Amino acid sequence: MAVTYEYIVRTKDLIKEYTMGGQVLRALDGVSLDIRRGEYISIMGPSGSGKSTLFNMVGGLDKPTSGTVFIDEVDMAQLDAFELAWLRCRKIGYIFQTFNLIPVMTALENVTLPMIFAGISTDDAIEKGIKLLQTVGLGERVHHKPTELSGGQQQRVAIARSFANDPAIILADEPTGNLDLRTGKEIIELLRRMNKESGVTIISATHDLKMIDVSDRVVWIRDGKIDKISARADIDLNVGQMEGEQH
Amino acid sequence: MASKQEAGIRRQIELPLSQAVKMARDSIRVRFWRSMITAAGIFLGIAFLESVLMTSAILKSIGDGYDDVVRTRQNWLVVMSLLVSTVGVVNSMLMSVNERYREIGTMKCLGALDRLVVKVFLIEAGFTGFLASVVGAIVGTGAMALVLWVRFGGKFWGALSGASVEVLVNIGIGIVIGTVLALMAAFYPAWRAAKMPPAAALRSEF
Repeated sequence: MAVTYEYIVRTKDLIKEYTMGGQVLRALDGVSLDIRRGEYISIMGPSGSGKSTLFNMVGGLDKPTSGTVFIDEVDMAQLDAFELAWLRCRKIGYIFQTFNLIPVMTALENVTLPMIFAGISTDDAIEKGIKLLQTVGLGERVHHKPTELSGGQQQRVAIARSFANDPAIILADEPTGNLDLRTGKEIIELLRRMNKESGVTIISATHDLKMIDVSDRVVWIRDGKIDKISARADIDLNVGQMEGEQH
Repeated sequence: MASKQEAGIRRQIELPLSQAVKMARDSIRVRFWRSMITAAGIFLGIAFLESVLMTSAILKSIGDGYDDVVRTRQNWLVVMSLLVSTVGVVNSMLMSVNERYREIGTMKCLGALDRLVVKVFLIEAGFTGFLASVVGAIVGTGAMALVLWVRFGGKFWGALSGASVEVLVNIGIGIVIGTVLALMAAFYPAWRAAKMPPAAALRSEF
């Protein structure tokens, strides 16, 4: 059964080193990974395993020490500042553990900001922003500031924001890390639903085992290397049972 | 979904100035009290500078006892007050930019160009710096005028009309110094934050 996949992200021999107190720390040690268009992929590993570093490399938020990242077959290292900004604006949507909403802006303003950067007119941006906030279940709270929203609601705003310019890739770094069990589950389900509905590729760095259930593939990272890649079908783990009853 | 993908990578659209001005204005308005503290630092520095300049101008105009000793002392005071106001203005702006590294990192993740980030911060700093300097210059000059009037009585008014040009020039100088210092002090940290990889800006905790 020869299935050919279209790859949206490819990394080749990625190495990232940090210098800390005179010591060289290798956070990523030769990671080569192909990510298919439209898949929901989770990068799993304990903290310090290098998954956030990989997230930063794939998202163009940091430069690798060596190795290449291709987004849609374009080598990120070849992009100038304008093109990189364009890529971050249109092609990639980011979701963070700490939500990273702009604190002084309302939910709607946060969601429309990337659209304003993309040159979309204010009216269109507001209309689309409201629609996106409705999609994530916050239609009633568009004019609330982040401080007036719960963690789960803030993360929903961040998800709506990440979808603002119809990106091809959503990068989520520990999206459930600051949320309780139930809210985390809701966020995961929301991401999965949006992945199914819009066909967007979701790449999530996490150590939340709840993610396995919805992922098409799971990449296990250990000490900056890929330990193994498993398809969901291969994982013999019932996450729902493992967590037990909810309160 | 392939049809939705744009072919190649196009260049980012420049954000119009009006949007940058709006963002800067909103940022000052929403963070009103924080902006006021920043402005207060600038205000105090400029008010101090102006009060010293005013004293010099009036003493010189009155003439009595404005000898070399007094002149030297006044010049020293001007230099000192300039230093104090520089430190006040620079410190206020550095603080207000530094505490927003994360915000800068986030904006870059959303597709903001470095220069947009710098532009928004410069507009904000210029606006805060200008307003605070205007108020500082007027209050500093006015307060010192009151003190000198109490001290010299009727002689003060004659001296003031004699030194009116100098007083106005001093107010102008104070406003320019306050605004320029605010712009310079905001430019460096904003530029540095905008230049960093977003990951590094996001990591910084304040």
